[in-house]
Amino acid sequence: MSEVAEKTKAPSESLFSKKNRKLITDPLTDNNPVTVQVLGICSALAITVQVSQALVMGLSVIFVTMMGNFVISSMRNYIPPKIRIIVQLVIAAALVIIVDQILAAFLPDLSAKLSVFVGLIITNCIIMGRLEAFAMANKPWPSLLDGLGNGAGYAGLLLIVATIRELFGSGSFFGIPILGSPIPTAGHPNGSGLYAMGYMNNNMMVLPPMALVLVGIIIWIQRSRNKSLQESH
Amino acid sequence: MAINKDSNGYTFGFAIAMVIVVGTALSLLAIGLKPYRDANGIQKKQLEILSAFLDLDAEKISRKNVAEKFDEYVNLDEAVVLDRNGKIKEGVNAFDIDVQVEYKDKKLKDEDKNYPLFVAKKDGKKLYVMPIVGKGLWGPIWGNICLGEDMNTIEGASFGHKGETPGLGAEIAQKFFIDRWIGEKLSDDSGVFTKFEIVKDGSGAATEKKVDGITGGTITSKGVEEMANRCLAVYATYFNNLKN
Repeated sequence: MSEVAEKTKAPSESLFSKKNRKLITDPLTDNNPVTVQVLGICSALAITVQVSQALVMGLSVIFVTMMGNFVISSMRNYIPPKIRIIVQLVIAAALVIIVDQILAAFLPDLSAKLSVFVGLIITNCIIMGRLEAFAMANKPWPSLLDGLGNGAGYAGLLLIVATIRELFGSGSFFGIPILGSPIPTAGHPNGSGLYAMGYMNNNMMVLPPMALVLVGIIIWIQRSRNKSLQESH
Repeated sequence: MAINKDSNGYTFGFAIAMVIVVGTALSLLAIGLKPYRDANGIQKKQLEILSAFLDLDAEKISRKNVAEKFDEYVNLDEAVVLDRNGKIKEGVNAFDIDVQVEYKDKKLKDEDKNYPLFVAKKDGKKLYVMPIVGKGLWGPIWGNICLGEDMNTIEGASFGHKGETPGLGAEIAQKFFIDRWIGEKLSDDSGVFTKFEIVKDGSGAATEKKVDGITGGTITSKGVEEMANRCLAVYATYFNNLKN
């Protein structure tokens, strides 16, 4: 019954119509999966000590949400309703294994640092949430965009948190020291750069709880600026 | 003909087909990438052995050129494998031994564990590299200790860890901690191995066999002490036998 309707409707909607663009931009701001829906917090705590880790993790999640949404959406009319959650799980798990294998083969050092957290992408509520809530009910192209948007919303927040944590916790960005070096050398007992003036790295920043505090602060800033997100009591 | 998606036959058929397709795809991927993963493992081992006596960053040694640099410095023909009593084991390839896997393997008896010893040459001098392994606060820690030509004085070292606390225990991998080990001796003048001690009072720099620990990283530091004493004792026995 919907066959005809879909066929006539399809060409009328451009690939980047306003509705489709909103699928990408919404999760970046007003419907951010981490700050607004508070999903995927656990991994955001674990791998945001360094920007490079957060970037790879973010890209991995974008890949899994995008491809997962696309594959499930393409299959949605053939998936037996009784086992639909299992089918989603298998597809998401397969994609996660692909990411894990590729990282282990081509980025072995980063893969070792991310250790179990790549495998744990499967437990990230964002992925299963989008598969069940969006991909099962929408066509492949919007689903792909929705996956991209939600993955990017997660990755973006990860990068913000990681930038703050790496800068104040280790004095570097992408592993490049930008505040000088805390290692004492001859003539510079306190190190060089800012450290020579007595600056010290904030060790609290490299510990996981600080990520939670930072995410909390970001949520606070976002809600104070966007009244529609505030809950009334 | 419309398919009844709720029927058991369709559900089972779909599940079976999906598992076969996904399973095949993943196995093919794993087989296809295996050579890369194997190469990565070899590179990592080579980097770790070299890191005991070279500053990898300063020498610009990375995964890309490590194979060639490794051949330049290390002669695997001279490498030997020791048993727990410091005797040479025949017929075992030193490079194939993964001390970290052996350390974790609960089924492997202590007396069956292997202790590989690598011989390297730098600036015409012979160096002896010994991998050590133990556990820190959160997970495994490891290191490579390099002895000079006298087979007794530590000339270099490197430490690694899987997940020690950043800024605290993780500092064992930093140069300042490694430098505290340089110059320490395995055996005293009479050729007897004495234990290393990690101290908190800052006396490590001045006292032999004592090494300053890391503030806030006590358990990791103690882990380094334990692994150094357990593993280096074996090598010390071998070297002392060799000298007599």
